[in-house]
Amino acid sequence: MIRLGVPSKGRLMEQTFEWFAARGLRLSRAGSDRDYAGRVEGAEGVSLVLLSAGEIPRELAGGRIELGVTGTDLVREKLAGWRDVVTEVAPMGFGHADLILAVPECWRDCRDLDDFAAIARDFRAEHGFRLRIATKYHRLVRAWLSAHEVADYQLVDSQGATEGTIANQTAEAIADITSSGETLRANNLRILEAEPILRSQATLFAANGAMGPQMQALLRQLGLRS
Amino acid sequence: MTPKRDKQALGQRVLARFREAGAQEIAPDILLPAGDLLDLYGEDIRARAYVTADPIRGEMMLRPDFTVPVVQAHMTNGAEPARYCYLGEVFRKQDIGETRPEKPRDSEYLQCGFELFSRDPAADAEVFALFHDVLARYGLRAETGDMGLMLDAIRGLPLTEARSEALLHHLWRPRRFARLLDRFSVPATARDFPEATVPWAGLRGEAEMTRRIVRLRADAAVPPLAPVWSERLARLFALRAPAPEALPALRELAEDMPAIAPAVARIEARMQAIAARGIDLGGVIFDASHGRSTMEYYDGFTFSFLADRAGWPPVASGGRYDALTRVLGRGRAIPAVGGIVRPGLLAELEGLA
Repeated sequence: MIRLGVPSKGRLMEQTFEWFAARGLRLSRAGSDRDYAGRVEGAEGVSLVLLSAGEIPRELAGGRIELGVTGTDLVREKLAGWRDVVTEVAPMGFGHADLILAVPECWRDCRDLDDFAAIARDFRAEHGFRLRIATKYHRLVRAWLSAHEVADYQLVDSQGATEGTIANQTAEAIADITSSGETLRANNLRILEAEPILRSQATLFAANGAMGPQMQALLRQLGLRS
Repeated sequence: MTPKRDKQALGQRVLARFREAGAQEIAPDILLPAGDLLDLYGEDIRARAYVTADPIRGEMMLRPDFTVPVVQAHMTNGAEPARYCYLGEVFRKQDIGETRPEKPRDSEYLQCGFELFSRDPAADAEVFALFHDVLARYGLRAETGDMGLMLDAIRGLPLTEARSEALLHHLWRPRRFARLLDRFSVPATARDFPEATVPWAGLRGEAEMTRRIVRLRADAAVPPLAPVWSERLARLFALRAPAPEALPALRELAEDMPAIAPAVARIEARMQAIAARGIDLGGVIFDASHGRSTMEYYDGFTFSFLADRAGWPPVASGGRYDALTRVLGRGRAIPAVGGIVRPGLLAELEGLA
């Protein structure tokens, strides 16, 4: 049995259903909109598990599902050494989002990461503590800033409404996912001129421990392996 | 695998040597308040230390090293001069990237340390000679450096104070340092700052930004640093040789860079003091960039003892951290130098021998 984990809500679930339908696999909820059981038509030995997108990396790593659809951002943030745990089977072409670092629009002297590093240093001298970056992507942001040798900052956890932390003075900058940048602009925030920390999209992942003949057959049926 | 019991026993042996050298044994807590460590090491420590929470004390860390608690203990109730020794576990998390390491590093291991708080200029030689003596039978390579030398070389560059401070601040971050030095070595370009279009927001004040813009505008008028200076700096940073060869090379560099002359004199005196304790300087490497990749808190003499084994961390390391005592002493400061040995690695060396 191959258990396929799919985000249980909203646009991401619908687009996932469409993506599989285009490849001959009909996924649906078993009953009403509130029912998290799922149905699979078009392949033998595949069951559908509807889950929160954020839990799919952990379920893949724990061997409780064999295939899963989730964002590359979530896999990289939540699974240390992710390449040894899961395989990227196919990018799915939707759910595009960039993980970016944004600062208040009013910081006219902050264009790029060099400015940011200098401002962080000044901020620490002025305020006696390190400049705060609000984010829920702690590992990714820390590794990226460390690779770019930015030092005088601290991360503060923000699991939602991250754009509001600057106005509330609980952070001086944010690192968050954005697709259109609209929410950032509405909150008078500006993305630093730099490559995004990560370009993410919805991706089909397979657990490395589940790459047997049954999996190969299913992937061939979906046109993902020749 | 060397049994933990053997590592403990070896640690006890090293500890006994440190006690014989006049040190008083102390036993710092394993759970340390996260605030002081975060303030000192920055966010990177979260990637390396185990963080946990206490309902009353707040965020705590499993001891990632002994220096901070030992300095804190001394600054609260120590008399001077003071010699301390300790033996215990430190806990280090490995920050894993995209793949898992084939051979994960130890997440907990023993450190046995010796710290000397003293105004005596011979303290560096005392500590180095003690470690040299304790480790003599293991055939390790001794390497030394001096952060003060690098800091003085930067202070001696004909730069504005703002540029000099920026370089000093980033000495421990080699690429950022190199980029700054390159930027200071070419004519500055005046920058345009966009007009304000939105109301001010956040804790960073508008006055802070204005001060920075004034500074950046003034900086645009500063003439570039002559190329000869970054060449001299590069030559100094690249100097690595056994002490008897390194010292004349340093003296020669000091002729072009007079700002390092006092540091060079200090290094010579230290090497002489080390030789006076019966150590052959031919076996002591001086590396001008030693310590640049280690902890930011060393600001003078640094040393490490290395085994010739791929992937091994230093078997022992240490140095002078006067500035750290100033930060943790809340106004008080005392010159301090010390280091740690990893008994676990010694035990493995004994097992392999």
